Amino acid sequence: MANFFPRWTNWLPLKMTIIGIVIVCGVTGATWYYDTPKYTRVGYQPIQPVPFPHDIHVTQLGMDCRYCHSFVDVAAHSNLPNTQTCMACHQQVQKDNPKLEPVRASWKTGQPIEWVQLHRTPDYVFYNHSAHVNRGISCAVCHGQVNHMPVVYHAKPHSMAWCLECHRHPENFLRPNDQVFNLDWKPDDVKPAEFVAKYGQPKEVKDDWSKKEKLSQQEIGQTLKERWNINPPVTCQGCHR
Amino acid sequence: MADAITAPDVVRAEASDSIESKLKRVPLVLNRRNFRWITDRISGVVEEPAPRWWWVTFAITSLTAAFGLFCLGYQISTGVGTWGLNHPVGWAWDITNFVFWIGIGHAGTLISAILFLLRQKWRTSINRAAEAMTLFAVICAAIFPGVHVGRVWMAWYLAPLPNNYGIWPNFRSPLLWDVFAVSTYFTVSVLFWYTGLIPDLATLRDRATSKIKKFFYGIFAVGWRGSNRHWRHYEMAYLLLAGISTPLVLSVHSVVSFDFATSILPTWHTTIFPPYFVAGAIFGGFAMVLTLLIPARAIYKLQDIITIQHIDKMAKIILLTGSFVAYAYAMEFFVAWYSGNHYERFAFANRVLGPYWWYWWVGMLFCNCLSPQLFWFRWCRRNIYVVYFVSMCVNAGMWFERFIIIVGGLHRDFLPSSWGMFYPTWVDIWTFIGTFGIFTSLFLLFIRYLPMIAMSEVKIVLPEADPHFQSAEQHHPVAAGGKERT
Repeated sequence: MANFFPRWTNWLPLKMTIIGIVIVCGVTGATWYYDTPKYTRVGYQPIQPVPFPHDIHVTQLGMDCRYCHSFVDVAAHSNLPNTQTCMACHQQVQKDNPKLEPVRASWKTGQPIEWVQLHRTPDYVFYNHSAHVNRGISCAVCHGQVNHMPVVYHAKPHSMAWCLECHRHPENFLRPNDQVFNLDWKPDDVKPAEFVAKYGQPKEVKDDWSKKEKLSQQEIGQTLKERWNINPPVTCQGCHR
Repeated sequence: MADAITAPDVVRAEASDSIESKLKRVPLVLNRRNFRWITDRISGVVEEPAPRWWWVTFAITSLTAAFGLFCLGYQISTGVGTWGLNHPVGWAWDITNFVFWIGIGHAGTLISAILFLLRQKWRTSINRAAEAMTLFAVICAAIFPGVHVGRVWMAWYLAPLPNNYGIWPNFRSPLLWDVFAVSTYFTVSVLFWYTGLIPDLATLRDRATSKIKKFFYGIFAVGWRGSNRHWRHYEMAYLLLAGISTPLVLSVHSVVSFDFATSILPTWHTTIFPPYFVAGAIFGGFAMVLTLLIPARAIYKLQDIITIQHIDKMAKIILLTGSFVAYAYAMEFFVAWYSGNHYERFAFANRVLGPYWWYWWVGMLFCNCLSPQLFWFRWCRRNIYVVYFVSMCVNAGMWFERFIIIVGGLHRDFLPSSWGMFYPTWVDIWTFIGTFGIFTSLFLLFIRYLPMIAMSEVKIVLPEADPHFQSAEQHHPVAAGGKERT
């Protein structure tokens, strides 16, 4: 049997190789993009029973995060406010607003409002809010600029790689303790003289940072990391206890 | 320079009168078999319908394999607790079986790569089957470390893949080196084996009688036509792959030994482990080659190709590597005594006199050290039954050796309060037996569908393949050649 395979099959292996490479690269790229928390979680904005506008409450009215999330700096878990907290103001303010009907219903019946949870930490992860917010990690680092969100959405991927990004280099995220709940804080807001007077500067730095025009995030972070002796766990047991 | 007298000329002139020039080598293929006979006999194994024994054996081995796979499934779905592992013996049959199987593979690579580079022509009749054995042994070996991690679905953590967890394999861990050593070994072995198969696959394609066979052998023969160009490329590729495989013979089992040697456990923490393990691997591997080929040559009447000379040579390698191993065992005891380390001395005394004493006396001493010493005698090396007995002893002995190293090292902890024993469960036992089922099933499929002897290579070592070959009348084969069949 001569020429069992027709002539066109000569190019078949090459074609199959090229198609194979394209498929493998395509599937890898698509998985990378579409099937990671950067895509699957970021932007998640469920419809809440009450479209609570964080922007009005925080930016416009100047409320502190801890007015509602009152245990975030003392407990592992950051609580949602109960209806009574809402009604403390809304008995007088906007008391007939139809959007607040579920809050009033909850007030009457005693049934809590069923908010839709956005940020779910898996049960095999140990996470302590107070450990973070008391050591210069702002709410905004993990939750984004909630103070500008008309309805809250998932702003950061919350993948493990994302956690480790900060645990491996905390200096890129630390800020002065009194600015943790100021979600609009920028490194440029820091006055070097005041900052250095309060927190000092890294030991190995020779020049005087208090004379500087501005401090960068890394300079601020490095100072605070050293001053507070920040050494976040990067071993498995650090979070998976 | 053309008429200058060079050293080789002098040697040749001196040798021409010497006794060496009058001695003829024993031919590698007996009974003056020609090209056609070799093609017919070896292709015939594949082309004729499967004999009844094949079906019976395959039914048994594949059922065993299936039960082994069931045990793996049961273990994965239930948890590693189905194995007898517990404190202090956290590694037992799983890692024993892994080292056992991966060691077996080494003989195939030694035969196919090192003996090729050393121009040992006798390798041609055994290399194909030995390489197949390597692949199947590595497949069996890879099961155990893969499964012993407990959560098999996490096994991809071993691969350096960028991921959402921001984690990366620990390249300082010998367990990770293992992953790379074994996967490299498997990849290179497959490539080497397949490259060698191409001319023979083309032979089977050309002889095929049905379209389906022609199609599949044709695909895998990748258009081989045996042209001069094909042969030149093929031989260069084969040589390069032999060069790439050669370091693997030494490196893979060295890396396996690092799993133990880099720990701090007495009997594990020793610098002699890499050479000791490599010698043991080749030792055990040759025993397995003999275990497979002695029945195969008898069943398929291949005694003219896999001659008694081949068995003799393999027996010599078993004797050599077995003596290395015996030396290493002795040296371990010497080092334990010479170190003056209390724990080291205790561990070795415990090996001989402790609860696992008979593993040492039977497995390591009798099977591995004493039984190969029979091969000092030519009669023993050429007696099929003795060779088979010794190779079976070595197969068992090498398993015992790994068990003693692993469980023997673990069951007596530094704290006497932590001492314990290992008792295998039925899942342990049947998973191990199941890998034998997988191994033999794959080997049976191999001899059924692929030429188990490298036809093209055996033909190259025939006298007729020599361009200076003279006609049959002038050629005087060794008279004894025909009688050497066993």
